[in-house]
Amino acid sequence: MRNLLRLTALAIASALMLASGAASADKLKVGFIYIGPPGDFGWTYAHDQGRLQIEKELGDRVETTYVENVPEGPDAERAIAKLAETGHQLIFTTSFGYMEPTLKVAKRFPNVKFEHATGYQRADNVATYNAKFYEGRYVQGVIAGKMSKTNTVGYIASFPIPEVIMGINSFLLGAHSVNPNIKVKIVWAYTWFDPPKEADAAKVLMDQGADIITQHTDSTAALQAAAERGVMAFGQASDMIQFAPKTQLTSIIDAWGPYYVERTKAVLDGTWTSGDTWHGMSDGLVVMAPYTNMPADVAALAAKTAEDIRTGKLHPFTGPIYNQAGELVLEAGKTADDGMLAGMMYYIKGIDDKVPN
Amino acid sequence: MLRLEARATSSASAAWLSPVLALTLTGITGAVIFLAMGKAPGVALYLYFIEPLTSWSGLSEVMVKAGPLILIGTGLSLGFRAGVWNIGAEGQFIAGALLGSAPAIYFYQSTNPMILPLMVMLGVLGGMAWAAIPALLKTRFNANEILVSLMLVYVAELLLIHLVQGAWRNPQGWGFPGTRMFPDAALLPMIVAGYRVHLGTLIALTVPFIAWFVLQKTSFGFHVRVFGSAPLAARHAGIGQQRMIWSTLLIGGGLAGLAGVMEAASTIGQLMPKISPGYGFTAIIVAFLGRLHPIGVLLAGITIAVTYIGGEGAQISAGLPKAVTGLFQGIILFYLLAFDLLTRYRITRVHSQASAS
Repeated sequence: MRNLLRLTALAIASALMLASGAASADKLKVGFIYIGPPGDFGWTYAHDQGRLQIEKELGDRVETTYVENVPEGPDAERAIAKLAETGHQLIFTTSFGYMEPTLKVAKRFPNVKFEHATGYQRADNVATYNAKFYEGRYVQGVIAGKMSKTNTVGYIASFPIPEVIMGINSFLLGAHSVNPNIKVKIVWAYTWFDPPKEADAAKVLMDQGADIITQHTDSTAALQAAAERGVMAFGQASDMIQFAPKTQLTSIIDAWGPYYVERTKAVLDGTWTSGDTWHGMSDGLVVMAPYTNMPADVAALAAKTAEDIRTGKLHPFTGPIYNQAGELVLEAGKTADDGMLAGMMYYIKGIDDKVPN
Repeated sequence: MLRLEARATSSASAAWLSPVLALTLTGITGAVIFLAMGKAPGVALYLYFIEPLTSWSGLSEVMVKAGPLILIGTGLSLGFRAGVWNIGAEGQFIAGALLGSAPAIYFYQSTNPMILPLMVMLGVLGGMAWAAIPALLKTRFNANEILVSLMLVYVAELLLIHLVQGAWRNPQGWGFPGTRMFPDAALLPMIVAGYRVHLGTLIALTVPFIAWFVLQKTSFGFHVRVFGSAPLAARHAGIGQQRMIWSTLLIGGGLAGLAGVMEAASTIGQLMPKISPGYGFTAIIVAFLGRLHPIGVLLAGITIAVTYIGGEGAQISAGLPKAVTGLFQGIILFYLLAFDLLTRYRITRVHSQASAS
């Protein structure tokens, strides 16, 4: 009898808890998994700015949470699952290596919506999204082509994947559009976020004669290492001007905010569907930081290039484009479609390097 | 002027009391830190140390995380006891995962149930092979095993990246680094549906008991104990130094390799550029926190795992930064080493005259 009473009490208590849970469920809980700390002032920082924009625009209809420094690997699945278990209805996993864990957790929580950045596998409750960073890299290439005195640009690359390779190609196309003598020296860092390694890579490149540094890694380290020697460099993912006020030329800003707000609204309205989103300058996802530390004519040319890309007048990948073997990969006058770019595993002509494999 | 003076005797109970005291003081220090951060210390400590143990999913995750730490820690503690300083378990973990995963990668459609035992065996061999290098260099050329084993960590990491980027890359993976997902036959069976606890976790929980038995009841175990505490006596008793170095490094490497392959064949299910969140290094803390005793290592592994899982929960529900997790682990080790010092030495006051000279 005592046991029965206790059971009843327990049942009532849990029913009450469920009810209160349902009441607070009006507030949509949105979770984020970060590969680095929001204080990296790069990739993760940009995502965190997007998260803050959700809070700003949707106010008390949402509650946001993040888990930082989640390594790609066995820990990722646990962290994602933990967000799902704690009532988060929309979860953004913001690094490529979270792809399999995101899919696994999504299977276990079919009612939770997942958004995986930079991946290529989707499910009914897993959407993917990415930004056309290559558009910004073309603008950087134009600036580098005008600014380099040694005609050598140092490029710190992360992993040899299409995303990174198309960035290198786009940069070279931009540079060659104003200066066909530009050479790109590439160092593969095999990491997204490792400040000491990024700084070392920058130093190696400068020692090899690069007088402009650009990067596809997440931190401010390369920019700072260049600034120490007074070498011009580009920021990455956010405006890093405070770390190199005299040497940052510009930076590609990832403005995830509008996309995050849109997707969160979609969940609130019940209109969320899975899909793949690849936005660029025309959607306001890729934004250039102010053009600094360069002559006015270069700044004007950069601004015009960015504007032409934004309005669709200029596509960075416009034929004729040849691969390193000299074979035509894009006919004259044609522009690359998303499929061609998404599978871009080769360098174009003019890059003195081999894609590592 | 203060000076450290060796105590004539050190009590066995003090050796076991110091981890308990260290944990208690860590809790108190943690409370002070939380107060300074403006968080309720009771709630924060609960989130870190208790909350992970209050749900089945929490317990399951703690055990999954503790598994590799216990396995590696047990192996390391044997070596540390014998005065063989294997710091490179992280590399042996990766080497085990690499060799052990080979069958799953080459026979990616296999349904043969023998593939899993084969993988586990190869995993152990891979870890052993990696540990055999410092053993060989130490016994042949008296090369410092700390340096050799540590440097081999970086070699293993780069080898892993090289393989998942090149020969072992998933051909359907759009060039992204990472192997195919392992076939089901190559995955360790789950114990309870819906939780991540797997066969490897159970094996990891059993190994310390076997190690304890070996240490206490076999002549090999006796040799290890004598070798560490009284090397001269050991030499007189005819215990070969060479044999001791070889056997402890091979056991340590083998267990790290076992942990590596079991992690790849369970929570990850593939190889990717990063497969270990530093298990091999954290296991060093675990070994010392566990007093280099197998059962102690078991408890220490669980304790450290709790701080990881708790740290994640605290991020999600209280917005505490991940750095606090590392802080806790550091504080535990700090107090532990301090207590160890004080159980073996006493602080005495030296007259100022002496110090003036």
